[in-house]
Amino acid sequence: MEKETVLKIEHMNIVFTQYDRGMHQTELPVIRNLDVEVRRGEVVAVVGSSGSGKSLLAHGVMGVLPYNARMGGDIQYLGEKLTKERIEKLRGKEIVMVPQSISSLNPLMKIGPQIRKGKKDPASQEKLKAIFRRYDLEEKTEELYPFELSGGMNRRVLISTAVMEEPRLVIADEPTPGLDKKTAKRAMEHFRNLADMGAAVLVITHDLELALETVDRIAVFYGGTTIEEARAEDFQREENLRHPYTKALWRAMPRHGFQYIEGSQPYVKNLPKGCIFSPRCSQCQEACRGEIPYREVRGGKVEIR
Amino acid sequence: MKLEVKNLSYQYTKKGRKILKDFSLTVENTERVGLAAPSGYGKTTLCKLLSGYLEPDQGEILLDGKPISSYGGYCPVQMIWQQPEFALNPRLRVKEAIREGDQIEERILRELGIEEDWMNRFPAELSGGELQRFSIARALGKRTRFLLADEITTMLDLITQSQIWHFLLKEAEKRKIGLIVVSHDSELLDRVCTRIIPLEEEKGEQSGQAPS
Repeated sequence: MEKETVLKIEHMNIVFTQYDRGMHQTELPVIRNLDVEVRRGEVVAVVGSSGSGKSLLAHGVMGVLPYNARMGGDIQYLGEKLTKERIEKLRGKEIVMVPQSISSLNPLMKIGPQIRKGKKDPASQEKLKAIFRRYDLEEKTEELYPFELSGGMNRRVLISTAVMEEPRLVIADEPTPGLDKKTAKRAMEHFRNLADMGAAVLVITHDLELALETVDRIAVFYGGTTIEEARAEDFQREENLRHPYTKALWRAMPRHGFQYIEGSQPYVKNLPKGCIFSPRCSQCQEACRGEIPYREVRGGKVEIR
Repeated sequence: MKLEVKNLSYQYTKKGRKILKDFSLTVENTERVGLAAPSGYGKTTLCKLLSGYLEPDQGEILLDGKPISSYGGYCPVQMIWQQPEFALNPRLRVKEAIREGDQIEERILRELGIEEDWMNRFPAELSGGELQRFSIARALGKRTRFLLADEITTMLDLITQSQIWHFLLKEAEKRKIGLIVVSHDSELLDRVCTRIIPLEEEKGEQSGQAPS
């Protein structure tokens, strides 16, 4: 039986309004066409180029975009549209986010109260202690301020904030940089456990290698578009992958040759026509510059001609 | 040119644990040394000491035989931080941040893939990966002799990571800049370093942490 879809994002787009010169405004379409779906009990990783809008996706869902951003498209949570009112009620409870930057921690609040959200009842205290044990944080960390911890420790504190509740949807934005392999792996396994207990987990990450060990599916973003959705096992061999960008990503892994391709992701102000990867693609053909459908290929989806 | 660390010890508070104890290391400017250590070991503290942001409690840090603190003005040992969002002044446009460096060449910005359009923005208006390119560029000033890379590419995608490392290796080779690379990614260290030093827990006195 197909598991219930918890989060479904279709054709999401986000536009930033910027002041150019004087009162003149310009619009930056940073996300153009994102599609992602997460089902119950599933961990889905979002990988892709830096600056492809991965964090914005998380902020968009949580309703915490900056004031000069506008979002379009369709976000459904448990089959119903996720409106502004609805997310405001659900976030921090049913829907939680692990933010990317440790600057999201309150620098003036001790770690313990910060994670417990000020709750002092014995149950919360006990729960926090258990979480700390799981992440190898000393009990005295509760009494420290964020600046007194190392980067990796703060990272674990951020993950702890999410698991204080019993979430149905977890969105983790780069939860593992700065963690050593062992701790990073444990954090990912913990997201896996959350999913096995019935949550839907969306992990935004660069660490493709780590993701491959724990996740079910992978969505690949490039330049504000979803260009491929693949199963984790498709990444075992380059031939199983569908889009040239995903293949390039595969070849850039240190164990697969550490190869890179020239250039950078096209800037939103001068996007190419058709396939967004075409200017850097060695297999680019005339047809790639036309309209590209997002279609199913070998059990996955890909934006390819 | 040689960067020498002799019997370095450091602790943040008098009663707190010793972050570093009797730590020694010698790096030539033609070397690329990788440091691999668990989270909370004191890698960032070591980098801060080496680049002059902190003063050691004991021990010395010598650059060409002279203590690092005796270099007035621009410090020839430059650090690239793990979190660019903290390393760039939030109230300065990033083009101003570049001017904080030591006469950064236009070429470096181009080779790092920095777009002209980003220059006028504030740090909050750029992604983590975009910001990191600025902090890398800023550290590559004219008088930089050693570069400390503290997990500098963990927030970048694999292709960009590879691209930036290829650039850094080329730049370091060309200008004879020594590199000290801190990372948890042992495969990355294998790729970019000429020598890897694994740092073990007991030296950093990781007290009271539960074994997993």
